[in-house]
Amino acid sequence: MTFFKELKQLLVKNIRDYGMYIALFVIMVIFAVATDGVFISSRNISNLLNQTGYIAVLAIGMTLVIVIRHIDLSVGFLAGFLGAVAAIALTAWGLPIWLVIPLVLVFGIIAGQITATTVARFGIPSFVATLAGWLIYRGALLQATLKTGTIIIPNDAFNALGNGYIPDLPIEGFLPGLHKLTLLIGIVAAVLMVVSEISSRKKKIEYDFEVLSKNIFIVKLVFVVLLIGAITYVLAGYNGLSWTAVIVLVVTLIYHFLTTQTFLGRHIYAVGGNPEAAELSGISVNKITYVVFGSMGMLSALSGMLYASRLQSATTTAGTLFELDAIAAAYVGGVSSAGGVGKVTGSLIGAIVMVSLTNGMNLLGIDISTQYIVRGAVLVAAVVFDVATRKRTI
Amino acid sequence: MSDPILEMNHITKQFPGVKALDDVSFEVERQQIHCLVGENGAGKSTLMKVLSGVHPFGTYDGEIFIDGELQKYNSTQDSEKAGIAVIYQELALVPEMTVFENVFLGHEIRKGLNVDINETIKQTVEVLRKVKLDVNPSTKVKHLGIGKQQLVEIAKALSRNAKLLVLDEPTSALNETDSENLLRLLRDLKEEGVTSILISHKLQEVIAVADKVTVLRDGLSVITLDNHNGEVNEDVLIKHMVGRSIENIYPERKKKPFGEVIFEVRNWSAYDPFRQRMILQDVNLKLRKGEIIGITGLMGAGRTELALSLFGNTPGYKVEGDILLKGETAKLTHPSTAIKSGFAYVTEDRKGDGLILIQDVKSNITIANLRRILKSSLIIDQNAEIKDAREYTTSLDIRTPSIEQKVLYLSGGNQQKVSLAKWLYVEPEVMILDEPTRGIDVGAKFEIFKIMNELVERGMSIIMISSELPEILGMTDRIYVLSSGKITGELDTKDADQETVMRYATM
Repeated sequence: MTFFKELKQLLVKNIRDYGMYIALFVIMVIFAVATDGVFISSRNISNLLNQTGYIAVLAIGMTLVIVIRHIDLSVGFLAGFLGAVAAIALTAWGLPIWLVIPLVLVFGIIAGQITATTVARFGIPSFVATLAGWLIYRGALLQATLKTGTIIIPNDAFNALGNGYIPDLPIEGFLPGLHKLTLLIGIVAAVLMVVSEISSRKKKIEYDFEVLSKNIFIVKLVFVVLLIGAITYVLAGYNGLSWTAVIVLVVTLIYHFLTTQTFLGRHIYAVGGNPEAAELSGISVNKITYVVFGSMGMLSALSGMLYASRLQSATTTAGTLFELDAIAAAYVGGVSSAGGVGKVTGSLIGAIVMVSLTNGMNLLGIDISTQYIVRGAVLVAAVVFDVATRKRTI
Repeated sequence: MSDPILEMNHITKQFPGVKALDDVSFEVERQQIHCLVGENGAGKSTLMKVLSGVHPFGTYDGEIFIDGELQKYNSTQDSEKAGIAVIYQELALVPEMTVFENVFLGHEIRKGLNVDINETIKQTVEVLRKVKLDVNPSTKVKHLGIGKQQLVEIAKALSRNAKLLVLDEPTSALNETDSENLLRLLRDLKEEGVTSILISHKLQEVIAVADKVTVLRDGLSVITLDNHNGEVNEDVLIKHMVGRSIENIYPERKKKPFGEVIFEVRNWSAYDPFRQRMILQDVNLKLRKGEIIGITGLMGAGRTELALSLFGNTPGYKVEGDILLKGETAKLTHPSTAIKSGFAYVTEDRKGDGLILIQDVKSNITIANLRRILKSSLIIDQNAEIKDAREYTTSLDIRTPSIEQKVLYLSGGNQQKVSLAKWLYVEPEVMILDEPTRGIDVGAKFEIFKIMNELVERGMSIIMISSELPEILGMTDRIYVLSSGKITGELDTKDADQETVMRYATM
């Protein structure tokens, strides 16, 4: 088989998986050209990733919720409310940050368990149950901020979550103007990626599985390394990796690992793929529902704290429409509403796509009304693409 | 005096990578019942989809003539206009609507902008009389049994003046009485000028009702037989369907003495609080090591409910009674405990609640026993999984291009084998097989039976639930007959015949 023929076949076969990356690439190129390069400047990319953070963690949790055929509309105001709780805990209660963060995460898990109880135990459709949650948490947020209005958070450590960057290696004179620890992390990541790809290919060959031909495989590796390199270089050119980016990466890695490598992930996708079959295979659908909504609640808490930290305050409107951004990101990222299909990495890319649109259009000074219309159109286009490619494979 | 209502000439239909129909010619005489038989994947459904316009003109090669006129359908609406009505296995009725609304759905009788309800009901009554269905036209369809729903569907077709009825496996979900009614109706309709094409796996009913039988195999039309000159019998049909003759479709088993009683059910009852009735009443069962017992009964006798409740899956039922495993009481409150105690349950509806169709063969095989391939308490050893999945795929001879193929794309027989593999993977001692041969072809049936024999020879015990009496009689050692949730008879298979079993089943 010739090189290009295989490349083409590969693209056609995996168009669903690659579509999103291609879309992101196209969007970036368009904005880069339209803004004379401002869009891909170090400063803007760094900023863009920080803007993505609180939506991305929600989108990752939402992926699993949609995979098991549910939806969670309450996450936006839950995030807003728990952000306010974090602010109150830090200020009024005077708790230390190392206690506040786990405490608020636990609150999030508890909120998720309540949702799961109404859904799994009482059989209320998740749309309705979480719509109620939407109202309740919105009210709770208003009450929490009733006395003071906006709660200013005077805690530098907490505010670094949304605004700070990882420290640099203290090497004077070496590579001035670049963030050296970020570069180091990028290099390590690229090496790990290459090593794991090669070993997985070896194993596949051992098991006599279909693998990419050597040339294509090398091209793929080079591409991945270049991509990581480019991102690292761009970030290193500004302040380096932000704490938000680190948190999102860690969350993505953990969830990616959980969903692809563990029995828990298998159970979640089995429940999404066919709940009746899963139940008869000895998987408790209820238990999985509790786990998934619990994780969603925890990530809502994380999102709320990231947002509060970014604004350095808890506001009365924090979390408004986050849930819809997260759901849109998940759908753009290839999650299927029929259940059982969707990757957390896809949703992360989906979130970056959606935030890139906002960010790029802001740079171009495009009116907010137009922005909504464009984002709506992109969402529809993504889902139409998804449905069309899925039909073709059947 | 040949008077064909339908001629399909040299139909070839390609799918990517497969030739589903290869130069098939098919002719149906007016006012006849023409049966279409063949193994799964032989092309019966594809041929009917070409006829009904699901595959529009231009996507296939060949010509279709109705009453001598060339037909070019762009959609199913076109074929409906030409008088063709297809009734699929999955009925296309709206359960929440009434009978008359369903019958006239999509071609309502109008009075101005409104629906003329009186006229609709009047015409519905007429057409219901034609199909000999005695129900109030204002009943909601969901309150009718499946047999009556099927008649509503036929009424719907007749109300549109269909002259050619196509029925795809109409009796597969019906009990004996409803099946007989349906077949009788087809004969009556024939007298009134309606032609039918009947697709069926049940060869006996084909022989009973057909004027002509066409056999398809691997996308080719093998032969068309006339049922009136005595050349059609089951053996002949099977021979043409599989391309060889199967001497005995129930393979021999080495008879070994049975072991101790491994599984016993005492006074098992289940009450459904929603419908306020007993689903099961005082069921007592015994199963010995190395034995196959059969549980049979008519539709609604409680066969599947019994199996599910024993397996720990009781959707809201109040269950009483004892389960003894090797003489000790066991509480099976969820399928997970049942699986841990050595049970497996192969469901009757592999697509509905058996397999995860959108996942691959490998994941489906291991899902019920991931513990077997855990590296640590959490992580799956993917290499071990591949190895195991390969082993089971080979030993059950599952025909799939790869273990990473989605189960969705496999044939019915191979899906059933994946289902078996999944449950063998939990290494059970007692296996419940619920309708293990439903919707699969003769060749695959034979293989499933062979696997069952191997399993009991290795010391497993099997509970086989089936509504097909011949296979119950052919495969089991002992038979329990269920009727209205009670065991009405326990027979040694050696002394049993269809009549005896039916007598108990209708008690």
